[in-house]
Amino acid sequence: MANGVYEMMRGLWQTFRSAWTKPVTIQYPEVKRQVSKRYRGRHALKRYANGLEKCIGCSLCAAACPADAIFVEASEQTDENRYSPGERYASTYEINYLRCIFCGLCEDACPTEAIVLEDNYELSFETRESAIYTKDMLLDAVSAPNQPTPRKVKPGSFNRSVPEMKDPVD
Amino acid sequence: MVIDSAMIWEWVIKSVAILIFCTAGFAYTTLYERKVLARMQVRWGPNRAGPRGILQPVADGIKLIFKEELIPAKADKLIFVIAPVITVIPALIITGVVPWGPDITIGGRTIHLYLANINVAVLYIMSITSISVYGITLAGWSSNNKYATLGGLRSTAQMISYELALGLAFVGPILLAGSMSLQDIVAAQAKSVPFILLQPLGAVIYMIAVIAEVNRAPFDMPEAEQELTAGYHTEYSGMKFALFFMAEYIKMIAVSTIGATLFLGGYLGPFLNVAPWLGPVYLIGKVAILLYGLIWLRATLPRIRYDRLMAFGWKVLFPLALLNVVLTAAGITLFGGK
Repeated sequence: MANGVYEMMRGLWQTFRSAWTKPVTIQYPEVKRQVSKRYRGRHALKRYANGLEKCIGCSLCAAACPADAIFVEASEQTDENRYSPGERYASTYEINYLRCIFCGLCEDACPTEAIVLEDNYELSFETRESAIYTKDMLLDAVSAPNQPTPRKVKPGSFNRSVPEMKDPVD
Repeated sequence: MVIDSAMIWEWVIKSVAILIFCTAGFAYTTLYERKVLARMQVRWGPNRAGPRGILQPVADGIKLIFKEELIPAKADKLIFVIAPVITVIPALIITGVVPWGPDITIGGRTIHLYLANINVAVLYIMSITSISVYGITLAGWSSNNKYATLGGLRSTAQMISYELALGLAFVGPILLAGSMSLQDIVAAQAKSVPFILLQPLGAVIYMIAVIAEVNRAPFDMPEAEQELTAGYHTEYSGMKFALFFMAEYIKMIAVSTIGATLFLGGYLGPFLNVAPWLGPVYLIGKVAILLYGLIWLRATLPRIRYDRLMAFGWKVLFPLALLNVVLTAAGITLFGGK
């Protein structure tokens, strides 16, 4: 009995003390939490420093995708009208975010590190149609000024579609 | 006492004031509870609707009004509809006998800061609180739902069991003041000390019994979610649910007000003779402290098992309350009461 009352008092003291500590709540829309470096949020299609798209339309991401969320259609390209290095580029690239499970297998499968899951987790949409992100929504903005795609390049300078790559650091 | 038209207006105004205090108090007690609970759980609590969340009760009310009112097909419709009313009306009228402050004079007219000074106020409180148990039982029964029925039955058993201890906890202040009128009990505390100092055991028993009486954690047996979904109000939605919710919170306010009056000296406080309007302020302050206690207990203690609840009520609380009555009576006989 006395022990029970003591334990009860200890509990009350604990809750009372907690009421004077600073709440841990993060006030979300105003304050955003820093996500982990390896966080898997919305995808982005990356570009090289020279502005060319990394994606070569090989569809390995679509093949790796367990949820069948990615649709890629590749087209031929020439030096007159170049999007990415190599012979082909992705003329259509769509991710259905109603299907995507954010597993990151597309990122692992990509031979050119073109598709990367980034830190954007604010992915609300109101219709099924708006859940499908098209290539222009996923593609990063042009990194180098005045180097948009498609563009005319010197013939023979971008024949190799898969670049030299280093091991990932994190 | 002459009853003229001004007197009737006075009654009407005071009644409306009490009703508004109870309903507005209900709304803001929900916010108060959510805020205090949140802080005890190291959260901020509602802070989106209006500055610091002060419009949250308004938003909740609007939401509840627009919710669908659902009546189960096999429910007893009449009883199903009037059960929330039977629960909420007693809660609203309990505080009618509580004094708010000393008499004040406005324009040569003495105004008593209470609605009714009846000489059996404590009995009135006991009987009115007992009525609301009918609402809960009928709500459980008329829903035609096993969880609701069980919740209603549990609630009835619990409220009846703890009413004994509650009634005996009332006896202490009654003996000390020599009156059942709350005005006299407050006046007696003005002459001596707040009765919590003379009746510490009685005050503790009162607080434990009222937690059971208003069905709050850790005695919120009738609504034990894990066993009974939502207890007697499982089938209620929209404003009818809001009425049960309202009854619970208004009863919280009412029992805190009565507890403050019986044990904490009611509206009494320093500087009352120079500024009589401080009376309601002191009373509300004391009510806020007692409400904080109720919320604090809810934030801390887990719900106790039903059989232990009944055993505690009958085997511990009731004998203790009887002992308290005997000790108080003996003390008054030995040292002189009043």
